[in-house]
Amino acid sequence: MNKKTFKEALKDSLNILPGYIVLGIGFGVLLKAKGYGFAMCLFMSGLIYAGSMQYVGIDLLSNGASLITAFLMTIMVNIRHLFYGIGMLREYQSLKKHRIYNIFALTDETFSIVCNKKAEDKDYYFFLSLLNHSYWITGSLIGNILGDVLPFDYTGIDFSMTALFIVIVVSQWENSKDHLPVMLSFAVSLICLAVFGSNDFLIPSMVCIIVSLFVLRKIRGDTDA
Amino acid sequence: MHSWLIVIVISLTTIAIRFLPFVLFKNRTPSFIMYLGKVLPMCAMAMLVVYCLKDVSLKSAESFAPSLVSGAIVILTYKWKHNTGISILSGTIIYMLLVQYFFR
Repeated sequence: MNKKTFKEALKDSLNILPGYIVLGIGFGVLLKAKGYGFAMCLFMSGLIYAGSMQYVGIDLLSNGASLITAFLMTIMVNIRHLFYGIGMLREYQSLKKHRIYNIFALTDETFSIVCNKKAEDKDYYFFLSLLNHSYWITGSLIGNILGDVLPFDYTGIDFSMTALFIVIVVSQWENSKDHLPVMLSFAVSLICLAVFGSNDFLIPSMVCIIVSLFVLRKIRGDTDA
Repeated sequence: MHSWLIVIVISLTTIAIRFLPFVLFKNRTPSFIMYLGKVLPMCAMAMLVVYCLKDVSLKSAESFAPSLVSGAIVILTYKWKHNTGISILSGTIIYMLLVQYFFR
């Protein structure tokens, strides 16, 4: 183990730590509020390890949703991970160690860091993924235990998810010169929301976003924008 | 029992999605897919922000004011400190205060 690499990963992971602890606590508390304890919390944070889907998962659990619904919902909420994988294809495909784990642990937050990174020592990706994973599990378990002990009104804690996504949009906005795709996506999502309603707009939005990106790229003449 | 099946399905589906690009595009990646890889994460986030705010109604201040104020705080604190945790924490606390005490 290279100490310098670990230090670098630790330093970068500290950007994720507060968000994961807060979001994790929020998740754990919410899960407890619906009557699910330690084992369920550990399983979800350990083996699903996708924040927004875990929040949605609480809904599915408490409504006793069908497995088909759970499957389709997961595709809808997590399909964006396809594109994180595509973004990391070159870098992760060639990994000699920890490749499977790094791909498994490629969350929104981990991606937001590794996509701007060209690590010299490839162990960096493993350390970063593992640290973030441990923050997430720790946060959600704290929340799950706290939810029992602390009589506190947690109404509104789900805004932590909204806040997280806003932060990611702002930071990506600052890191890119071409803002047209993201503005297009906002517009398309809002139009689909207005047309299809809040329960059914996600899939049409995804399709329309991809189609409009395709058209945008054609119009601009296939150059990498 | 059914609860465990649900979370197992969610887990396996999530894992499959994460591995799919590495299986599909092992040798050659079409250029449009590479382009998507570059812009789509940001686009998906924009969509998810809309998803999070999907049940906010513009008709009543009680519905949109907490999200609007807290959202602005998230953006401003992020512009100021560039610290994800501070922004999420301050936005969420303000939001909880607003919905619990001011707009109930």
